[in-house]
Amino acid sequence: MELFVFAVAGLMVLGGAVGVVVRTHPVHAALSLVLTLFGIAVLFVAQDAQFLAAVEVIVYAGAIVVLFLFVIMLLGIDQAENLHVEPFKIQRPVAIAVGAGLVSLLGLAVIASREHPVPVVTPSQAVTDAALDPHDGNIRALARDVFSDHVLAFELTSVLLVIAVVGTVILARKPRKGESYVTGSAQ
Amino acid sequence: MLAVDTLLDHIKLWSTETLIILIKVVVVFIVGLVGTMLMVWFERKVIAFMQNRIGPNKAGPKGLLQTLADGTKLFFKEDLIPDKSDRFVFKLAPYLAFVPAFLVWSVVPLGGNFADGRDGTVKILGKATKLQLADPPVGVLLLLALSSIAVYGIMLAGWSSGSKYPLLGSVRASAQMISYEAALGLSLATVILVTGTLSTNGIVTSQFSLSRWSIIATGVVPFIVFLIAATAELNRPPFDLVEAEQELVGGFNTEYSSIRFALFFLAEFMNTITMSGVIVTLFFGGPQPLKIGGNSNILSFLGPFSGTVWLLLKVLVFLYIYVWFRATLPRLRYDQLMNLGWKLMIPLALGWFMLLAFFRVGQDEGWNRWVVGIAGLAVMGVCAGLLQLASKVSARNREREGAMF
Repeated sequence: MELFVFAVAGLMVLGGAVGVVVRTHPVHAALSLVLTLFGIAVLFVAQDAQFLAAVEVIVYAGAIVVLFLFVIMLLGIDQAENLHVEPFKIQRPVAIAVGAGLVSLLGLAVIASREHPVPVVTPSQAVTDAALDPHDGNIRALARDVFSDHVLAFELTSVLLVIAVVGTVILARKPRKGESYVTGSAQ
Repeated sequence: MLAVDTLLDHIKLWSTETLIILIKVVVVFIVGLVGTMLMVWFERKVIAFMQNRIGPNKAGPKGLLQTLADGTKLFFKEDLIPDKSDRFVFKLAPYLAFVPAFLVWSVVPLGGNFADGRDGTVKILGKATKLQLADPPVGVLLLLALSSIAVYGIMLAGWSSGSKYPLLGSVRASAQMISYEAALGLSLATVILVTGTLSTNGIVTSQFSLSRWSIIATGVVPFIVFLIAATAELNRPPFDLVEAEQELVGGFNTEYSSIRFALFFLAEFMNTITMSGVIVTLFFGGPQPLKIGGNSNILSFLGPFSGTVWLLLKVLVFLYIYVWFRATLPRLRYDQLMNLGWKLMIPLALGWFMLLAFFRVGQDEGWNRWVVGIAGLAVMGVCAGLLQLASKVSARNREREGAMF
């Protein structure tokens, strides 16, 4: 049963990921991304991480990809791209290099894990608590972890988001009469 | 593994457990479909009554079979696919609208025995089970996830039609649904704060008396926000800019015909029923009986069905309210819709959530609850004033600079 779920979800994830890269139409690529996200959510549920699965669907599939589609529709860039035009000359060689690096790192990790099959990791207090009470979807344990041990990182993330929002507002705003954003001073 | 139903813990193919689960799935599916059919009839009849008309009265007794006749007619109509459409997405979109509408049913507790703090388990064929398809520990989040997935159906339908008006309709729809999802989630968070659980079954179990019903325990405001946000999420009047016939021909579904149109229609009415069910579950105790002044369950003569009948009665009230909205309220303008959502509903829901959290802290620390209440309301008032001031300043700036676009 577990193997079956893993196989189906894995196929969803991989199929979606290939679709994102291969489909030339932006909307189809975005929909393939949704397929991948759903596959990941299924994998989370199979690992008893229901909260992560639900949040994955709500935030990524329900908000972020919807915004992608929204932008695609509003800007009307929903035509197939010509892949032979390169905006940055260097991007293809760099992409190949980074991809090769990632593949070799993953390969090394697989080989290394064969030599040390059981890694020793000390679980945090929250993880131990979650293991004791597996039927509430780990929500309490997760909340305790995020809001006590890692509260600084959590707050910094929200600061980052606020900065992003403020930046977007400034970029989207038209400059007022008599001021220019290029030099930052009045013309 | 999936932790959604105790029956599934030791599942074998071809056992009583499998049979019970299959029966539950089939019953919920059929009752959902028939309920939708009756809902269409109910809406047409009630609106006719409110507008001094007769409404459907030819097919079947009191016109009950009118929806069936309309549905059959739709099935036999020609299925058009526009030349400029994106064929795959065009065919996919109706199912994306329809499936989430159905899936919401799976986490709504549909009855059962909740008396004296029991958790609603009943015995079917000698096995203990809950009268709901699934009870995942994150049930409420599943509701939110499904309502955010429902955007896709409408959005892609409008876009894939390859036509201007449906595209406008779907852009409106996605903006509206994303905006009101925040208010929906924030008002729902107060219920989670009060009941202390994310499971829908747990939420119903904790509302065992009238004063524990979430509408009273959270102080009515979250319920009003939730009701308005849910109406916007459903694209029902007065928030039906998505299918404003006067402006957009027919809205996102203009190019659809035959069975694909029927699926959108079905999804819309199904969503109305499921959303009423969700409101009842979250704020009105779901299948819990209404007990005033210490009397017992007045429907107890119905035995094991009393919970389901209570749920049905409460859901009917909300269905009537939705029809009432439609017959009474004129459609909002786009800027009014956005102002209501962003400048009133979200701050109000957030403020109320903080107020309830403040009360909770006060309870734990043993502070005087009157002081806590007054201080909380004062802070909320100051925040509201600041927000008002900020929006006034920005409105004045806009005015001075003239139209931006």
